[in-house]
Amino acid sequence: MSIGHSFLGLLEGRPRHGYDLKRAYDERFSPGRPLHHGQVYATLSRLLKNGLVVVDGLEPGEGPERKRYAVTDAGITDVQSWLSQPEKPEPYLQSVLYTKVVLALMTGRPADEILDVQRTEHLRLMREVTRRKTGGDLAEQLICDHALFHLEADLRWLELTAARLNELAARVRP
Amino acid sequence: MTEPLLVGTDLFKMYGTTPALRGSSLTVRAGEIVAVMGSSGSGKSTLLHCLAGIVRPDDGTVVYAGRQISAMSDVERSALRRRDFGFVFQFGQLVPELTCVENVALPLRLDGVRRKEAERRSREWLDRLEVGDVAGKLPGQISGGQGQRIAVARALVTEPKVVFADEPTGALDSLNGEKVMQLLGQAARDTGAAVVLVTHEPRVAAYADREVVVRDGASLDLERVA
Repeated sequence: MSIGHSFLGLLEGRPRHGYDLKRAYDERFSPGRPLHHGQVYATLSRLLKNGLVVVDGLEPGEGPERKRYAVTDAGITDVQSWLSQPEKPEPYLQSVLYTKVVLALMTGRPADEILDVQRTEHLRLMREVTRRKTGGDLAEQLICDHALFHLEADLRWLELTAARLNELAARVRP
Repeated sequence: MTEPLLVGTDLFKMYGTTPALRGSSLTVRAGEIVAVMGSSGSGKSTLLHCLAGIVRPDDGTVVYAGRQISAMSDVERSALRRRDFGFVFQFGQLVPELTCVENVALPLRLDGVRRKEAERRSREWLDRLEVGDVAGKLPGQISGGQGQRIAVARALVTEPKVVFADEPTGALDSLNGEKVMQLLGQAARDTGAAVVLVTHEPRVAAYADREVVVRDGASLDLERVA
């Protein structure tokens, strides 16, 4: 997740101070996993240094004055460029699970048990995410759906592999 | 933990020379949702049919609330299915000549409830499942998602102790499937009904409290093994 680009996008709506940016980011993009304050201010410092945001004003508060940040034209161009580029699809070609299954078969261990244990763990997490989704708003539901579809893809792989264990064993056993 | 409500033990069933169940067992407790998963032909639907008293196993026992189902007469089993069990199938299986509210009222009418009272209770369930607006329509005039919600209402209108759902979202798109599962799960929890949910879809199974896998006619409770 590019925190910097997300901040630029949030600042396009209106100038905000750091705490406001953090709150908006946490609510919209990362519920349950809030940003650390250090991440917020490190990101803003970098954006300032690169000319993508400017300090738009100072807001008096009960404590020290708070800087209000605004996005620059260069910042808007940067976020537009980021949005228009597709994300690189993750090919997942270095699967730890695959390695475990092959090693189990090569060493005469029960590979089907490895798959079953993993299946149980995946479904346990799916139930947890489904409960979170059921109680969540639309944004939360979409975030949970993304996780659920990925977990489901893993489960389908586990099922397919379980069905092909004998074939795989014949190929990998010395 | 609550006492077991429905217990199938060492169930065997052959269809001709093909074994469908080979020593399958499953325990369901009151109010829990159990997902029965497995690939096509694994025996998961046969297991559901045996537990529900639709199919008589060749060997093994099914005990519901302390009574052995396979020892009951056909009349007793029919009454049990009508009063204590509810059913949802993949394609709804609504009666095409009856309106939606009449379909939902059907189990009540078969059990002797007067028409007016049966339809009043049915309309409550239709509203609960957010399909009150199609009460007067025929099944052919509504969408697949609406049809499955009608089927869920029909399964729950008698407030059964156990709902048997066999691939209840199998004919629906993702969004409608999710909605049906949310409503089914919520309604079951509200009424305290247990659900035996047969599915091959992990995202549907994730609405359950636990999962049992059927492989080659035998059931595995992976969570207890793990």
